[in-house]
Amino acid sequence: MTGAATWAGIAAIVITATSGDVLQSRAMKEIGDLGAVRKSQGLSQVIRRVIASPQFMLGLLFMALAFASLLVTLSWADVSIVGPASASLTFIANALAARVFLKEHVDHRRWLAAASVAAGVALLAH
Amino acid sequence: MTFRKYLVLFAVVIFGAGGDVCLARGMKDFGAVTSANWNQLFASLWNPWVLTGIGLLLLFLCSYLTALSWADLTYVLPATAISYVLMALLGKFFLHETVTVGRWLGIALITAGVGFVAGGPALTPAAYAHSKLDRPASHEHLEAQLSVATGAESDA
Repeated sequence: MTGAATWAGIAAIVITATSGDVLQSRAMKEIGDLGAVRKSQGLSQVIRRVIASPQFMLGLLFMALAFASLLVTLSWADVSIVGPASASLTFIANALAARVFLKEHVDHRRWLAAASVAAGVALLAH
Repeated sequence: MTFRKYLVLFAVVIFGAGGDVCLARGMKDFGAVTSANWNQLFASLWNPWVLTGIGLLLLFLCSYLTALSWADLTYVLPATAISYVLMALLGKFFLHETVTVGRWLGIALITAGVGFVAGGPALTPAAYAHSKLDRPASHEHLEAQLSVATGAESDA
């Protein structure tokens, strides 16, 4: 497979994984503190609320898509390229997406954290 | 951040790394899966290591979702990135993989990244907007009791 196909695969992993994370984060913020819900309404209610959330289910679908694209891309290129490249780019993409879609306040501290974790993950490949 | 919340983050790290390492250990019993022997994937599901890995990853999902219910995504992801370090260490001592100088450097960078966020606030004000976490705990509790009593949220 060409390098372009590999990078397209990595882009697909990053986009689907980030979408999954953002959707699940939104779903959980809407449900509220799971610990508090469990205390007041019991574990079965926690499970019901999570499963009944369309955003959670959509997030789960995107996570499955991310896993499928990972498997496909792994069949085109080495795990030592695909694994760290997709993981570290997902860290950066998540910081961007959290800022835009979740309105999280991504300050210098968090950018620095995302960047250094991304660099560290990339180095783990060697 | 209470002690219990740090415990949840700790669970995300332990179950995530443990699950991945168990899966890796299990898949080493099979060798490379290619298009010619793709049905090996189904056989691998009955491997005890793979089964343990799947169980641990389910626990990972539960603790990860719990953390996301009271913390920002940009907090949870870096704060739990120490699991990459744990995976490298488990890979070295348990699966006998080699950890090179470059990898140790990567481990140091990840640890630094975790340090940057872990001391900061878990939930930033803007993210409160679509969260139920900004209500005083006493209100939330009363509200929950009310909805249980009236069945108001039973079709939510």
